[in-house]
Amino acid sequence: MPIDKRVGSAAEALADVGDGATVLISGFGGAGFPNVLIRGLRERAPKDLTLVVNSATHRYSLTHELIEAGLVRKVVCSAARGRDKELSAFERLWMEGKIELTCLPQGTFAEAIRAGGAGIPAFYTPVGFGTELTEGKEVRRFADRDYVLEHAIKGDLALIRADTSDLYGNLTFRYAQMNFSPAMATAAKLAVAEVRAVADEPIPHERVQLPGVYVDRVVAVGE
Amino acid sequence: MQPLNRRQMAWRAAQDIEPRSVVNLGMGMPVHVADYLDPKADIFIHSENGVIGAGPVAAPERADPDLVDASSRRITLRAGASIVDSVWSFAMIRGGHIDVTILGAFEVAANGDLANWDMRVPSKGPLVGGAMDLAAGARAVWVIMEHTTRKGGPRLVEACTLPLTGKACVKRLYTDLAVVEATAAGFLVHEMLDGMTREELQARSGAPLAFAPDCRPLAAPPLPDAE
Repeated sequence: MPIDKRVGSAAEALADVGDGATVLISGFGGAGFPNVLIRGLRERAPKDLTLVVNSATHRYSLTHELIEAGLVRKVVCSAARGRDKELSAFERLWMEGKIELTCLPQGTFAEAIRAGGAGIPAFYTPVGFGTELTEGKEVRRFADRDYVLEHAIKGDLALIRADTSDLYGNLTFRYAQMNFSPAMATAAKLAVAEVRAVADEPIPHERVQLPGVYVDRVVAVGE
Repeated sequence: MQPLNRRQMAWRAAQDIEPRSVVNLGMGMPVHVADYLDPKADIFIHSENGVIGAGPVAAPERADPDLVDASSRRITLRAGASIVDSVWSFAMIRGGHIDVTILGAFEVAANGDLANWDMRVPSKGPLVGGAMDLAAGARAVWVIMEHTTRKGGPRLVEACTLPLTGKACVKRLYTDLAVVEATAAGFLVHEMLDGMTREELQARSGAPLAFAPDCRPLAAPPLPDAE
């Protein structure tokens, strides 16, 4: 049977997501948030999720709906501060001790996900050496500089957003939509992409920005 | 003479950026530096979300929700711009391919230690973003900040009291009162506000200041303050 990664709906794409899953969610600065899939996950409502998401509080992302619905046990991110005077859902639950938090420098966050999808269990980085965020982590000196050992991040599920897919799951992205999506797709057992449209014809080879080998399911959601 | 306002501080820092540099501008005051770059200098502005060659903020009718910078502003692109993913964007930072990053700060120590990510506000979640990556990876780290806190306390200090972003990374500071270099021997003042005495500047600083032999008056054109 020829490959066809299209799935009719977010509900169908997420039907087998179970409790305790580690979920990687893309998006940065307003671009590339897989909000249809996030809402689908909230409706599916698996419990005790670990979210790996750059911002736990971004105003354009629906990540907060998962948090408000009480589905999240832990967040791994680089930003967890709301913009409003009132506390964000994440900040409130974190301060009440109901959600665990790991805060990483954003480049370490990205590289840890890349490593997770690339067969690298850990790596040394100069970022954060001598700061609170790397307290207790192994340090090693190379040449004249100190580096911190950071561990790879892997997930059960990646929710990503792209512009166009073909039946093979090859993806293209618009402008700054890419951000964490390619790395997250590589680091998860199941990668689901919501896209503006699925093309009938294969995407021209040299224009593929994420090969379909990393993408398991595709949901067309329009603009 | 009046202390520089925020736009004037951004203007002053912009004057020191070499033509054809790749520059990353932090949130807050540093983003205003972009307004004062010479268009002929062919400077590329890198944004953490993967944009290399960010242009001005887009007019409302041209704004595209997929074309944003790290501050979530809908932007334009300059000629020759490109866009990569976050992994590559931060590899570019750590790999030493950003010539200068200009960041805001709460405190800078005489050895160049930087504290700019956590004010220890107990009722707020943490927000580190790309600050530590830029502090560790950019070839030069410059800071724009007011010389003292709102309560008049020093921001140039012997040792940071707030959590560090990076150790011994800041090379230059642009404040409303002075242009200061962080050297191996401590703070060295290159420019200071006309009419201010060295003693007055020292009194507003929490660590010893040395003064360059060619220390000049700090001046900027009149500019309306940033909101």
